Amino acid sequence: MSPSTVAGCIAKLVVAITVVTASPAAAHEGRAGGKLMLTNGVTTIEGSSGGGISTWALIAGNETVDGIGGSAHVSVILLPDYRWESHGAAIGIHDRLELSYARQNLDTRDVGAKLGIGRGYTLNQDVFGAKLRVVGDAVYGSPYLPQIAIGAQYKHNLDPQVVAAVGGRNASGTDIYVAATKLLLRQSILLGTTIRYTKANQNGLLGFGDDRGGNRTVQVEGTLGYQIARQLVVGAEYRSKPDNLRFARENDWKTAYAAYAISKNLTATAAYVDLGSIATAERQRGGFLSLQTAF
Amino acid sequence: MLVLALLALLQTAPTPPGEDPVAPYAMSDANAGGRPFKGVAMLEAFNGVAGIDRIVDDLVTTSQADARIGDIFKGQDMIRLRRTLREQFCVLLNGGCRYTGRDMATAHKNLGIQAKDMNALVENLQAAMRREGVSFPAQNAFLGKLAVMKPDVVTR
Ligand code: HEM
Repeated sequence: MSPSTVAGCIAKLVVAITVVTASPAAAHEGRAGGKLMLTNGVTTIEGSSGGGISTWALIAGNETVDGIGGSAHVSVILLPDYRWESHGAAIGIHDRLELSYARQNLDTRDVGAKLGIGRGYTLNQDVFGAKLRVVGDAVYGSPYLPQIAIGAQYKHNLDPQVVAAVGGRNASGTDIYVAATKLLLRQSILLGTTIRYTKANQNGLLGFGDDRGGNRTVQVEGTLGYQIARQLVVGAEYRSKPDNLRFARENDWKTAYAAYAISKNLTATAAYVDLGSIATAERQRGGFLSLQTAF
Repeated sequence: MLVLALLALLQTAPTPPGEDPVAPYAMSDANAGGRPFKGVAMLEAFNGVAGIDRIVDDLVTTSQADARIGDIFKGQDMIRLRRTLREQFCVLLNGGCRYTGRDMATAHKNLGIQAKDMNALVENLQAAMRREGVSFPAQNAFLGKLAVMKPDVVTR
């Protein structure tokens, strides 16, 4: 990543923070934020709060049932043949409802030339998310009752001509999911799973479904973490993926991550990711870096 | 009426010196709100009963001085709170004590405690345990006992 892109990411983050903290909610009762460190999660590539690649049942922001909080993030994934970047923001209303937005940009570099869309062609997508905590508390209450949430992510691909060229049926689609997350304090273990109903090809960046039909399938995400210290969780995630398109295989995703809360308002996540084959480029393994601010 | 008379009978201990009397209640270790850990590993992690006492003192002192939650403790019987809290922690950590306080729902029912107050108290407790040198896994394991009590404590 070049210094200018780092600067660009930071500039975006600063803008996002300013936009988010300018809302009246930040002044709630003069004592904003009430969640314990890291219990707001980090931001996923789709903008929802979770791990890095899997969505969790947590609600964004540091506020509890008594307030409205929020977060903003920038993430980059550096892969052998691609560069991914996303940024966005989320609000968490009474630790009940999360509304999120993320913009995803995938720089195809040399693969772009190979696919005939041009070297360095960047695929873009907007993701709008809504998540509702249905029952449970990830930290408190019975250890046998996880926090359970349902949610939807409406994904709007901004490159419909590329989607059509690779055989994707639609340029936009909606994932729906149910997620369960629990921090088992007794063991310091964080457990989570998400069942997702989706037809997104490579998250939607290659469209939705294929020319043969709708192809909505059930996919599973899992997360297993260990809380080493108040500010530090390490773990691994797994995410199964559809494999709709005929022109290229799509593999399940795996990560190993460390999330560190620099302060209550700033969390950094670093991960090793294995995203498998992406649009004919094999073995896309690399690094994920994300910075999240929350209040 | 009969129940009240029974409850009055059950509260055998007289009000300890320096404490205010409280409405009669049935005394039982079950009021501590959780089953004790087995074995001595947790007790040792907390440096025994002496460590528990230091942690409770630290927790109560910092919480009273805490701008977020200090007001909640104003006008309350802090001598009693320190004593019963020590007993409760000692019972849960299998330190061989008796818990003579009220159950968590009764003790907190008129305090109007919010979720963020609970988290503030947990943070103060984490800091007190850290200062006592309690390992992080043991801190979390103990918090796990208290986490279950949140619905009884947080009433708003
Ligand atoms: C799971 C967490 C908690 C535990 C285990 C706990 C434990 C206790 C115990 C053992 C007592 C004494 C009971 C008695 O007098 O018979 C007590 C009373 C009290 N607690 Fe808590 N507590 C918790 C959370 C909180 C929180 C979050 C606050 C406020 C921020 C709080 C404020 C008080 C106050 C003010 C009293 C005195 C009430 C009175 O004397 O009427 N507690 N608590």
